[in-house]
Amino acid sequence: MKQTPLGNWRRAIKPSILELKNVHTYYGNIHALKGISCTIPSGDIACLIGANGAGKSTTLLTIFGVQRAARGEIRFKGRPIHRLRPEQVAVQGISQAPEGRQIFARMTTLENLEMGAYLRNDKAEVAGDMEWVFGLFPRLKDRARQLGGTLSGGEQQMLAIGRALMARPELLLLDEPSLGLAPKLVEKIFETILEINKNGVTIFLVEQNAHMALSISNTGYVMETGRIVLTDSAAALLKNEKVKKAYLGE
Amino acid sequence: MKQGSEMGNGEFKKFIIYSLFLGVLILPMVGFPGTHFEAKRAFIVWGVFVGVLALGMLNQVVRQSSIYQKTLGGPQSFNRRVTKQFQKIPVRHWTLILLAAVAVYPLLANNYMVDVGITCLIYIVLGLGLNIVVGLAGLLDLGYIAFYAVGAYTYSLLNLHFGMSFWLCLPIGILLGAILGCVIGYPTLRMRGDYLAIVTMGFGEIIRLVLNNWDSLTKGPNGLLGMAKPSIMYPAFSNSGLEWATYSLKSLHALYYFILLIAVLTVIGVRRLDQSRIGRAWVAIREDEVAAELSGVPTTWLKLLAYAMGAAFASVAGAFFAAKLSYTNPNFFIFMESCIVLCIVVLGGAGSIPGVILAGVLLIAVPEVFRELQDYRMFAFGLAMAVMMVLRPEGLIPATRRKLGLSDIETDTIGELEESYQAVDSRT
Amino acid sequence: MDTSSFLVQQLINALFLGSIYALIALGYTMVYGIIELINFAHGELFTAGAFIGLIVLAALQKYGFVQTHFVLTLFLVFGMAMAYVGVLGVAIEHVAYKPLRNASRLAAILSALGMSIFLSNGMMLSQGVSDRAYPALFGLKGITIIGARITYGQVFIIILSLLLMVALNMFVNWTKLGKAMRATAQNQVMARMLGINIDRTIRVTFIIGPALGAAAGVMVGMYYGSVRFDMGFIYMIKAFAAAILGGIGSIPGAVLGGMIIGGVEVAWSAFLPSAWKDVTTFIVLILVLYFKPSGILGEDVSETRV
Repeated sequence: MKQTPLGNWRRAIKPSILELKNVHTYYGNIHALKGISCTIPSGDIACLIGANGAGKSTTLLTIFGVQRAARGEIRFKGRPIHRLRPEQVAVQGISQAPEGRQIFARMTTLENLEMGAYLRNDKAEVAGDMEWVFGLFPRLKDRARQLGGTLSGGEQQMLAIGRALMARPELLLLDEPSLGLAPKLVEKIFETILEINKNGVTIFLVEQNAHMALSISNTGYVMETGRIVLTDSAAALLKNEKVKKAYLGE
Repeated sequence: MKQGSEMGNGEFKKFIIYSLFLGVLILPMVGFPGTHFEAKRAFIVWGVFVGVLALGMLNQVVRQSSIYQKTLGGPQSFNRRVTKQFQKIPVRHWTLILLAAVAVYPLLANNYMVDVGITCLIYIVLGLGLNIVVGLAGLLDLGYIAFYAVGAYTYSLLNLHFGMSFWLCLPIGILLGAILGCVIGYPTLRMRGDYLAIVTMGFGEIIRLVLNNWDSLTKGPNGLLGMAKPSIMYPAFSNSGLEWATYSLKSLHALYYFILLIAVLTVIGVRRLDQSRIGRAWVAIREDEVAAELSGVPTTWLKLLAYAMGAAFASVAGAFFAAKLSYTNPNFFIFMESCIVLCIVVLGGAGSIPGVILAGVLLIAVPEVFRELQDYRMFAFGLAMAVMMVLRPEGLIPATRRKLGLSDIETDTIGELEESYQAVDSRT
Repeated sequence: MDTSSFLVQQLINALFLGSIYALIALGYTMVYGIIELINFAHGELFTAGAFIGLIVLAALQKYGFVQTHFVLTLFLVFGMAMAYVGVLGVAIEHVAYKPLRNASRLAAILSALGMSIFLSNGMMLSQGVSDRAYPALFGLKGITIIGARITYGQVFIIILSLLLMVALNMFVNWTKLGKAMRATAQNQVMARMLGINIDRTIRVTFIIGPALGAAAGVMVGMYYGSVRFDMGFIYMIKAFAAAILGGIGSIPGAVLGGMIIGGVEVAWSAFLPSAWKDVTTFIVLILVLYFKPSGILGEDVSETRV
């Protein structure tokens, strides 16, 4: 489906940080992404909602080069990144808290956070950011010496986001930060996401919890079986009848 | 075994560069038997190294070159046309021609060459037996030579102590081999490939160490001596009428034809196994054990059967080997022997009977004929095995069944299928 | 010799043998931890280390260097053997393992086995099939503890191997690269997403593991006074048993496993016919694999794993 005029209007006033053009991805013979196009304005929170298996996580993994884009173009701040390997994408200033959290189970919380700052050599600033992350998630500070594998699900989620922040990214990709968490914790996590965004980090959020995601986002994309079927401002999507019926359970 | 990797040009170049680097690295190590540099020795070793690498490169370069793609590689290629021409002549004819050549061979060759032929055939039987375990069922066995030892020692001991004949010992040896195969197979059933490799290697060594240390029974490293050659009985007319006369298979020619018979029977047996339900089930286990199990293939039982069948063939070869030499000792059954047999299977193309035969001839006969090369045999074949896994994992003569795999179906077709499935999905 | 001195003697022997097995087992465990492949060529790399040490030592001895600069000689012998074998390890990884990283496990194992056969036969061709004498550096002088004799050579070897293990532990736990190695071992995709160049960490693993094996090779040569092209095989099986016993992938596990295997072997030789001691190791290996394939310290979340 083509972009709505609103999307174009947004792009006109804000420079885009990430741009996907007609991206196709395959898992072996399975055509997982069938021509994804979207644009994320700098400084925004954008969210990608959709059902299980629609290709949301695949989109994030493709942006990061974990899955190779077979066709199409991905640009970060104008530079093409679709031919880069994950470790090269990380250098560009993108970081990800991926699906399933992917905590290093046999490393402590502190070490996990240190690994997030692997590419940085400015020790003083890293220490400062560590304090900032501990400020965002005080629970992590109590668990600093504990092994990642022994943390609870919510703590692991905080750690995954914290670790991604330690890279001091310009763009943060979050894959289902609310998955498997208690409602209270979900709220807390989303508050924190807003706070992170206020610090100037652009956020691309993938969520099944559409209501929560749309309520904090500027832009929203709706995905179905490997295609983006709807693009609009988050506020408009919240009012969209189709979206209400399919994803908001109203 | 799935396709190793599709190597791009850049990766291939890197591979060659690193291989040459490895060659340079081994140069000082191989050149210093003492404190002085022995150029001749070093450069012969290095020559073999570069030779093997060059063959691997040649294979890759030829297959990637545009001329090859146009003439031999493509769908309407020369290769396929030639293959089709060959296929017009039934396999049976080819087999007959080959059999005739092998049967006439000892009449034209001298004793030494017949002896080489016998060794070669023994290894082909071993290779075919291991082919069941590695090639068909996909279970790695690095202690295969232990079963060969079991066959040899079963015959030797029974013959020396009880005077039992070869024919009586053969089924006992087969049974013992199969039982041992199950004993070794059973604890390893749950293990993954690399653990399996180490454990079978350990088992192989245990058998050898037991043979080596159990002096009172096996005479330890001195070995056993003086077993009778196999003999056959045939009806003969003598003065007292019809009688059974014995003919001892003492001459090299007789032994040659005997092992040839065993080899032919092995080929027939392995072929029939391969094409049977059991063979298909083995291949299913090799390709995807979980899927096979879920489809109702009794994987535990079939894996044990693979070990037992493989062990049985090795046991036959071992009994023949001991009978032929009238001598056996534990040093015939070192780990390197297992490696040679495995090399035969892998280089030939796991699961492929003609491949195993060709590789058997290549690995055993060729170095025997060119004696100077013999020392370099395993050096070259070890490297060849590694290079082959990287560049041509399907072996010299790939098993035909693999060609019928999914990879040959056009990917587009699957893509369309997939889309139509999804269309159905989205409608529901 | 009374009972207590006999026991102390056996304890020292066990410690000595155990540290050698542990050093080799570390190589297995590190490589397995990071690429989940048993480095079949590891036993040969260990032997190669012994031979390089022999070549360097013989050359130094020829020019009378050993008498004048004893400590420097030790440093050179171990340093060159470890450096050389480290580079050799990387070369092997690039030729035989790296192209097969995404291929089937069987292909990778066969490639590793091919490399092992290749190296072992290469050494046979160049170094001969018989035992090669290793120059005795330490002589027979030593100290006596509670009636048990321990030579300076043994003391040196035990101390050096402990130092190497401590250094490895510090590297893995305290340096950035070491942590990156652990991260790669635990989750390769995530490690890459954090910007870790996993090719580099794998390369470093293939330097360190074989280098430790090479050090063990030189130690074995020095202690037993001879080396042979195929001595790697039996050490490989034992070190592998040690790595499995401790829990493959776990660094403390490899050390613990090495000490246990060394202890079992020494105890067996002390009280039972020593011809069967190798059989015991195999049986221990098979029993562990059957009853507790994860080993003593393996796969447990509370463990450091590389």
